[in-house]
Amino acid sequence: MTDADNSPGPHGPRTSTDPEPPGTPRHKTTAELQRTLESAGSAVARAAAVDLAQGVGRAAFIFATTVAAALVLAAPLTIAAGSDPLTAYTALYEGSLGGQRPVAETLVSMTPLLFGGLAVAVAFQAGLFNIGVEGQLVAGGIAAGVVGIKMTTWAPVHVILALLAGAAAGALWALVPAALKAWRGVHEVITTIMMNFVAFSVSQFLVKPGGALEGEIPTGTEPVQATAELPRIWEPTRLHLGIVVAVIVAGACWYFIYRTPGGYRFRLVGANPVAARFNGISSSRVIVEAMMLSGALGGLTGAVEVLGTHRRFLDSFSPGYGFDSIAVALLGALHPVGVAAASFFFGLLRAGSTQLQLEAGITRDMITVISGLVVACVAARLLLSRRAARSRGGAD
Amino acid sequence: MPEMLDIIDMNWVAQGIRLSVPLIFAALGGLLSERAGVINIALEGKMLFGAFAGVAVTWWTGTNVVGLIAALAVGAGIGWVHAWFSITVRSDQIVSATAINLFALGVTAALIPAIWEGGRANTPTVERFRRFEVPLLSDLPQIGTVFSRLSWFDYTALVLAPLVWLVLWRSPFGLRLRACGESPEAAASVGVNVIRTRYTAVMLAGVFAAMGGVYLSLVQNGLFQRGITNGRGFLALAAMIFGKWRPIPVLGACLLFGMADAYQLRAQSKSDLPVELFQALPYVVGLITLVFVGRAVAPAAIGRAYVKD
Amino acid sequence: MRGITKRYPGVVANDAVDFTVESASIHGLLGENGAGKSTLMKVLFGLTAPSAGTVEIAGRPVVVNSARDALDLGIGMVQQHFSLIGDFTVAENLVLGREPLRRGGLLDLERAAADISELSDRYGFRIDPGSRVGGLAVGARQRVEILKALYRGAEVLILDEPTAALAPTEVAELAALLRRLRDQGRTVVFISHKLSEVIDLCDRVTVLRGGRVEGHREIGSAERDDPDRHGALAAELARMMVGHELPEPPARVGGPVSRGVPALRLEAAGDGHRLGPIDVEVGAGEIVGVAGVEGNGQTELVELVVGVRRCRRGSVKLGGADVTRWSVRRRINAGVAHVAEDRHGAAVADGLDLAHNATLGFQGRPPFSWRGLWLSLVQMRRLARGLVNRFGVQTVAVTDPLRSLSGGNQQKLVVGRELSRGPELFVAAQPTRGLDVAAAAFVHSELAALRRRGAGVLLVSLELTEILALADRIVVMSGGRVAGETTPAQVDVTTLGRWMTGAGQTAGAATAEAAA
Repeated sequence: MTDADNSPGPHGPRTSTDPEPPGTPRHKTTAELQRTLESAGSAVARAAAVDLAQGVGRAAFIFATTVAAALVLAAPLTIAAGSDPLTAYTALYEGSLGGQRPVAETLVSMTPLLFGGLAVAVAFQAGLFNIGVEGQLVAGGIAAGVVGIKMTTWAPVHVILALLAGAAAGALWALVPAALKAWRGVHEVITTIMMNFVAFSVSQFLVKPGGALEGEIPTGTEPVQATAELPRIWEPTRLHLGIVVAVIVAGACWYFIYRTPGGYRFRLVGANPVAARFNGISSSRVIVEAMMLSGALGGLTGAVEVLGTHRRFLDSFSPGYGFDSIAVALLGALHPVGVAAASFFFGLLRAGSTQLQLEAGITRDMITVISGLVVACVAARLLLSRRAARSRGGAD
Repeated sequence: MPEMLDIIDMNWVAQGIRLSVPLIFAALGGLLSERAGVINIALEGKMLFGAFAGVAVTWWTGTNVVGLIAALAVGAGIGWVHAWFSITVRSDQIVSATAINLFALGVTAALIPAIWEGGRANTPTVERFRRFEVPLLSDLPQIGTVFSRLSWFDYTALVLAPLVWLVLWRSPFGLRLRACGESPEAAASVGVNVIRTRYTAVMLAGVFAAMGGVYLSLVQNGLFQRGITNGRGFLALAAMIFGKWRPIPVLGACLLFGMADAYQLRAQSKSDLPVELFQALPYVVGLITLVFVGRAVAPAAIGRAYVKD
Repeated sequence: MRGITKRYPGVVANDAVDFTVESASIHGLLGENGAGKSTLMKVLFGLTAPSAGTVEIAGRPVVVNSARDALDLGIGMVQQHFSLIGDFTVAENLVLGREPLRRGGLLDLERAAADISELSDRYGFRIDPGSRVGGLAVGARQRVEILKALYRGAEVLILDEPTAALAPTEVAELAALLRRLRDQGRTVVFISHKLSEVIDLCDRVTVLRGGRVEGHREIGSAERDDPDRHGALAAELARMMVGHELPEPPARVGGPVSRGVPALRLEAAGDGHRLGPIDVEVGAGEIVGVAGVEGNGQTELVELVVGVRRCRRGSVKLGGADVTRWSVRRRINAGVAHVAEDRHGAAVADGLDLAHNATLGFQGRPPFSWRGLWLSLVQMRRLARGLVNRFGVQTVAVTDPLRSLSGGNQQKLVVGRELSRGPELFVAAQPTRGLDVAAAAFVHSELAALRRRGAGVLLVSLELTEILALADRIVVMSGGRVAGETTPAQVDVTTLGRWMTGAGQTAGAATAEAAA
């Protein structure tokens, strides 16, 4: 067999094979080390830059084709709904980008979608499919509403506390599915969606006439105090500070996922839970952490809506943001930048849907249809990429 | 609390059975699909399609039997799409099923105003399926109340569970189907056509779920309204898991959820307990039952795409 | 089978092999791993088409294109990995694909059960058709596989390494069963690389080496019963298999083992299930090789040491500290490194890039992280580049996903990563599996260097040559326990073989055995 000591390394000479502390490749001299590192470094930097450019280009291309495919697939339905695609899409454009108010409305709708998309994406990174954002946003909305109405304190503190209460409520709402998944292995899709229906019931119970949070309007609470409102930032439109908070949170999510050991653990458990276990990472713990973080983001989704857009808690204030969030996260390829772009696209759809209803007679439900088509396109892409790989001559 | 016990009578039993019927159909469909190795989160969407198609075709033709047949055909069609995604494309089975659910929720709602001008969230009412009184049984004291309130759909659902058991555990097709869900490679090694078997199972699941949807629209309500299923597809999945993927226990789980639902409905009318909270009862019961399900009872190859060598 | 040749890109797995089996006999097919045994049998069973040559049954040439063809011709095969369904009963498993029906199209499981019972009784399978396969022991499952082939009408049975996963008593039971089958007219092809089993069981043996037939031998009762002739035949067959008596003990490297606190010490440790109780000690500066047939507790041993498997009995000590209850995390921090047997399962996440995989397991430590709040991609990439350069990993950039690398290059990265942890105890499970010769040699030199540096190495391998080349001491595992312990200098193949098959249980008898 081998004489272990004299055998050369497989590639190039190796004079010493002593192990070394992490991060310091060992070479004969410092100069050699530096040369190697520099040449390797610059080559890697170049390759990385090219990769990044290609990666961004590819991601943008996939994003655009997915959106285009979904819109084309939805076109026949506009005809079925008694309109025609041209009228429909023109109305959509005018309602979402054709002026100050439409643009502001797009951003208003984008805000909860960005939070919700991040919620789904963060869980997905850890291999969890949270389709319970719709329930978590109700829980978050209620908590934010209660703090906004009942507490009295200074303006910035009040808003922050109300937002945090929303996040905490969402996280707690997600704790039930997280615990069932981590300890009993019950699939989170079933439990998160069932928690949605429980949340809807609780919401109805609280704001009904005679309910604990009954307000002067039929299915809503009284308004939150002025100190708890997210200030408007583009008078005279409804656009509020929530969009800024959402973008900051998106940045924080990016940082957490890609630039902290905690985010690395999430991604590792999502990619290979067994390897995680062999390297000392408990997947049960990551499941609970990821689900609660996701729930917190879901709770914020509701909290910003309550504190910024409606300024009170309303029963069924969400037109399905939680479900659109699934499409937002998948369209955004689970990356916060992609999710932001996708939430803008769905914001356009939501904002334009009023005009769509008025001019083309198509209901808001068309947005859910497009969500479904987007998710279907994401799911079907696998076949296309496999076909492409095969036609390039590679084995499957 | 006497009023809470007043609810428990034969009318409650009959109503409980009726409310569990859509769950039974959907859960048994899910069982077929998952026993063959394909996760079926898409039951909700398939039920919606079935419920909608049943009403729409009944409205056009004026005959509810034609509506029923059309709904089952639509169920098979959606089942085929689902099968294509999860078996041929081999995409993530949860993601593709979610696409179907979202699409179904949107399309069925968007088509209501498109077909029936003016209608917003509801379709107009159409001819329902009538109750079906079994002559002798309905005359029995006490229990007769139950039988006099059931339609032939209800009897079909109750008979379907043992029938599914018979097919899965006592027929060659069932044996092969379960083999595909446990170890597709082992099944293929003895000449079982895994792809075709799985397609059949998922399409059958579509038909069953559509039947559950039709029950909601053509038997219970006589119309279709936006999101009529209201999570029953997922409740059916919970029942399927609670019943450990076995037809008779699954039937029992569905009846449990249905009874809980009937209880909350009757509690609403008989007492001034918080109605809204009681509406969540079936879901809370569902969540609690899931706590008691151990790991590793699901078919071994569930969710795993089969790649032919 | 005449002139069978099978070429794969780059290798000739079978080179003009002639192989004749007489009916109603047990025919051994011997050869080391990679000698071409499995390929030859795959050709016979229709799983792969030969590049040249023909298959004849009873003198007539036949074409075998699929497993179904083979079954129709009466050839049945029992693979190493069973194709049984755990959730099914024995009867359900056996009828799957050709179900007996009663009127009305339903399964006739009663008839199947009766047929199976009859078959089982005739040959002494001792299998209840109604029992669930998942609840059966490995040996019983194997009998179910054999029964399945017979139930489907196999006259010729091919058994691929049937004893690999069996306990010693189960091996004896299998041998008796196969003899009964032969006596009643069935033909058995017994593939193995274990000499003593082949001599004890077979009527005739063919030895393959490097894809060619090395020779045939008849085996009679004389060889079985007379220890001298048994030994002589074993030596002869061993020579035919490996080309020389035994691999030369390589020139040993470096100084003596530094005694003191051992790097690893297992005291009566076990998982309360398949492993142990087991006592193993790895000194600082020592390589201990764990040999044995696959599935005899090596995987469990590694998991127990790494901390993934719970130690329910006895204790695990690392450098003097009792770590029995420690988490994987704490053990890694205490200096345990691990090259996993199942790379894709346990060692890497192939969707993440090289830099991430290079730091897997110590992502939370400096310099890669600052108090858990910052993950330094720069440092991670720097480490990855260092590993890539030093271990000759063929790649374009460390930001590429790991799956863009070949298996060998992935393994180099894993070995490099674990070495860079500066381990006190290095657990290497099959570290050279799937590597080319040069890369394997490199891994070996790294293990030797670790030993020189004073770390303990636990080397689990199925390749005896690898263990003989590297280990200071050899521990042989069988049935989840230590069957014997020896050193490369004292080793002899007969004793090793007996230990591996669980025949000689007394540990520490190596010296006496070798001297005898």
